Amino acid sequence: MLIFEKSKKGRHLSLLPPLDVPAVELTGGNQREQELHLPEVSENELSRHYSELAKKTHGVNDGFYPLGSCTMKYNPKINDEMAGLSGFTEVHPLQPLHTVQGCLEVLQTAERYLSEITGMDRMTFQPAAGAHGEFTGLLLMKAYHHARNEQNRTKIIVPDSAHGTNPASAAMAGYSVVSIPSREDGCVDLEKLREAVGEDTAGLMLTNPNTVGLFDKNILEITRIVHEAGGLCYYDGANLNAVMGTVRPGDMGFDVIHLNLHKTFSTPHGGGGPGSGAVGCKNLLAEFLPVDLTEGKGAYYFVDPEHSIGRVKSFYGNFLVVVRALTYLLTLGKEGIPEASTHAVLNANYMMACLKDKYTMAYDEICMHEFVMSLKDLKKDTGVSALDISKGLLDNGIHPPTMYFPLIVEEALMVEPTETETKETLDEAVEVFLQLYETAHKDAESLHLAPLHTPITRLDEVEAARHPKLRYEII
Amino acid sequence: MSNVVEGLFYTKSHEWVKFEDDTTAVIGLTDYAQGELGSLVFVNLPEEEDEVTVGEAFADVESVKAVSDVYSPVTGIVAEVNEDLMDEPEKINSEPYDAWFVKVKDITDKEEFLSAEEYTAFVESEQA
Amino acid sequence: MGSYVPVTEKDREEMLQRIGIDSMDDLFSMIPDDVKIKGGLDLPGGMSELQVRRAMEKMAAKNKVFPVMFRGAGAYRHFIPSIVKSVISNETFLTAYTPYQAEISQGVLQSIFEYQTMICELTGMDVSNASVYDGATAAAEAVAMCRDRKKKKAFVSMTAHPQVVDTVKTYCFGNEMELVLIPEKDGVTDLDFLKENLDKETACVYIQHPNYYGNLEDASAVGELAHECKAKFIMGVNPISLGLLKTPREYGADVAVGDGQPLGLPLAFGGPYLGFMSCTSEMMRKLPGRIVGETKDRDGRTGYVLTLQAREQHIRREKASSNICSNQALCALAVGVYLSAMGAEGLRDAACQCTSKAHYLAEGLSRIGFTVENKGEFFHEFVTSSDRSSSEVLKVLEESDILGGYPLDESRILWCCTEMNTKEEMDTVVRILEGGAESC
Repeated sequence: MLIFEKSKKGRHLSLLPPLDVPAVELTGGNQREQELHLPEVSENELSRHYSELAKKTHGVNDGFYPLGSCTMKYNPKINDEMAGLSGFTEVHPLQPLHTVQGCLEVLQTAERYLSEITGMDRMTFQPAAGAHGEFTGLLLMKAYHHARNEQNRTKIIVPDSAHGTNPASAAMAGYSVVSIPSREDGCVDLEKLREAVGEDTAGLMLTNPNTVGLFDKNILEITRIVHEAGGLCYYDGANLNAVMGTVRPGDMGFDVIHLNLHKTFSTPHGGGGPGSGAVGCKNLLAEFLPVDLTEGKGAYYFVDPEHSIGRVKSFYGNFLVVVRALTYLLTLGKEGIPEASTHAVLNANYMMACLKDKYTMAYDEICMHEFVMSLKDLKKDTGVSALDISKGLLDNGIHPPTMYFPLIVEEALMVEPTETETKETLDEAVEVFLQLYETAHKDAESLHLAPLHTPITRLDEVEAARHPKLRYEII
Repeated sequence: MSNVVEGLFYTKSHEWVKFEDDTTAVIGLTDYAQGELGSLVFVNLPEEEDEVTVGEAFADVESVKAVSDVYSPVTGIVAEVNEDLMDEPEKINSEPYDAWFVKVKDITDKEEFLSAEEYTAFVESEQA
Repeated sequence: MGSYVPVTEKDREEMLQRIGIDSMDDLFSMIPDDVKIKGGLDLPGGMSELQVRRAMEKMAAKNKVFPVMFRGAGAYRHFIPSIVKSVISNETFLTAYTPYQAEISQGVLQSIFEYQTMICELTGMDVSNASVYDGATAAAEAVAMCRDRKKKKAFVSMTAHPQVVDTVKTYCFGNEMELVLIPEKDGVTDLDFLKENLDKETACVYIQHPNYYGNLEDASAVGELAHECKAKFIMGVNPISLGLLKTPREYGADVAVGDGQPLGLPLAFGGPYLGFMSCTSEMMRKLPGRIVGETKDRDGRTGYVLTLQAREQHIRREKASSNICSNQALCALAVGVYLSAMGAEGLRDAACQCTSKAHYLAEGLSRIGFTVENKGEFFHEFVTSSDRSSSEVLKVLEESDILGGYPLDESRILWCCTEMNTKEEMDTVVRILEGGAESC
């Protein structure tokens, strides 16, 4: 039941004291005439309403969430508590600098940690999400080429295995996208890359480990080819959780990166946001970074880089998300950061090893923090698709892996267990996957009908899109 | 087996074309195409007086999880647009040969068309 | 060191054995040695929870929390009911991700559907998305969504928040739309400039209402001028003001955007906030971002699902009009709870208190020699000018733990009042500044 359906005229909460100054009414034809309908409820109803909604939702706190590419690791509670300190939440973004030194220290310390982890020289926290970071990073590249009078560099090379945001971000930054096919192992085809680069190349967008969970061994050669053609190399940080402390994007030859603090650095996803898409770059791009970079030692202040692209968002980004990420970074430190990554890789390989006798792996070799299964054969044999298996997982309290991505693998399921799961949780999940495999062969129909034990069954998405109903009509 | 209507021209990108005279034609998607695309939920159409060019996309069709371009088999000017499809894209699924997309006038160029028979053979080879 | 890895030594051995390798290092054998880090990261060691707490609390303590605040300029201190904080700290809402799997995400999806309904109600528009990053990016996305093949010019008023203008400018550097800044005249958008310069290549006109200086714009007139040349009219609005003021729809807007921070989100040094975006049904397919729709499940039960996805980046890739893939879901949840807690009457009351108090303070300040610059009606912000230096005025207030208005320059200050400011606080400001004048 919607909150609007629980509304009854006359119910309300007692929130504000009476006005203690003379009331001023605006005139001059600016008064609202259109009626405003908002729910009228008691606090008890309101509280119960959201408890009810929470029961119909699955979070990392409710169970295993191996959603590939999204790094759904445990969100430590201290992070939230620190982000709730009034010294952070009650501070106005335009207070005098001497009254917000703690905030600037947070930004600068987070920048120092993350620059070291990624091998970058400078970092901005203004972008609010991964895709926003991509857009920002691409604009740095654009500003760089323009500053060198190379406006002719209008193309961004993106492998066909890339995240959908990569080509969309490139288009938003005014670039045309050259999609190059990946090799069968999901890695960059060097020959195709050599053919694609040229005087019109602005750069390459890549994630490594790539979207099939493999580390591209040729990475130095790849970035060299792009640099020799005069292009720049952009690192999509979505998969950084595999390699922290082992290898740094900066050392692989990347010039600019974005991070997803809500993935790799354990800040909660909040049902789809807020996140933080911090962007780091090498010195050659630092002069183009967005405004309000943190500077200073002991006494901190903001500076605007000389040839800044400007501003991509109000103020300094999703600050409280940075507070959470910094809390996590301080907790893990020098040893804990690589420990997280190596165990993310251990967990992924363990799960893959336990499943590969039954499920077909897209790439049957040591993977990084995630692996991709192809259910093509299962579908051919039993009619049960990746979607059906996913829906079967729902009935077992497990959030399904990422489905049908990457696009280069048919009937793909992309599994990312993360390092914060116990061996027991992985064993239980493996058991469920294997049972579903059996069910697919014995009783495929039951999986076509799954899920049965969730608050609702499969929804009619076609009808939702054909005749969109996007709001409640108040009668 | 998908339906192929006699008397229309077809393309390898699965459009059908019906000429009203030498320089005017109506274009739609074939039954085979709609079957492959699945339930369609929306169609983006050009505007009247837009130019269309042989081999270039002039519209796209959306299913829940995919979007596919529709290519023009002729070069000319859009004379009429079937706006009913905006409200009822499901007609492309249910009556593909009635659910025309656009009428193009002043046609100056066209690609090499397949006959109904040739198209049927082509679809069979695609499926094999 | 701190760690959230639960795998024990014994687990690790069993797992490596199952994988068929001897050591953890073997997991990384595919990475060429010449790119690997030598000697570990150059970072301090990890910390226990107690140590981390101390370190973070120390940083927080270096910030000054002003108990009394008269500063807005894009971030506003409003009352946040306890129920809002309670709901958004729910662990499930906090730790869920984008509701891709509708069957186990009905809570998040329904809360977004309710949020969309409330935003439509507030703005008077037909369709709302699930929110974007903040008000500035919402404005930039709105400008981008109005672009079409023949219209690539955007007019943006300089009476909008400067950071919003800057953000739109950056987005235009990306998508290569031509940006024309409409000058300010007497604190509002210069209509004559618009009359002279709008043309058929114009995709849209953006104004903020109330504008950066608190003034109400002649929004209907701007809308009419935009529509005369078949351009879209975008309004950036303060959501609290909509408790009193005409909706963007009533002013003739095609797209309404704004920052949702005043609706239950703390100041938080600038974020996270949320950008709301709503539009007329004609523009529905151009609206970027996530959108939730209602439908039925197999058993005929009502349910909610992400819909109109073919607009989005994961399907359209480089042909998508925006790359946005997340929304600010938790912030949208806060907005939904806030608006339900306030109700229409509560919101109207808050808006009335804001504007009444702003006028009370403005009167007080004008009594002691400040000139109120606003010529027409203003909502909850106003600009004063004075021959006293802004920095001196603000310093005197700061000494009494009061954060005064935002200095626009050395003579002008942008003040803001909300329902949080009491009569006593405002009288204190006037008293302090009156005293300051005498001592000069």
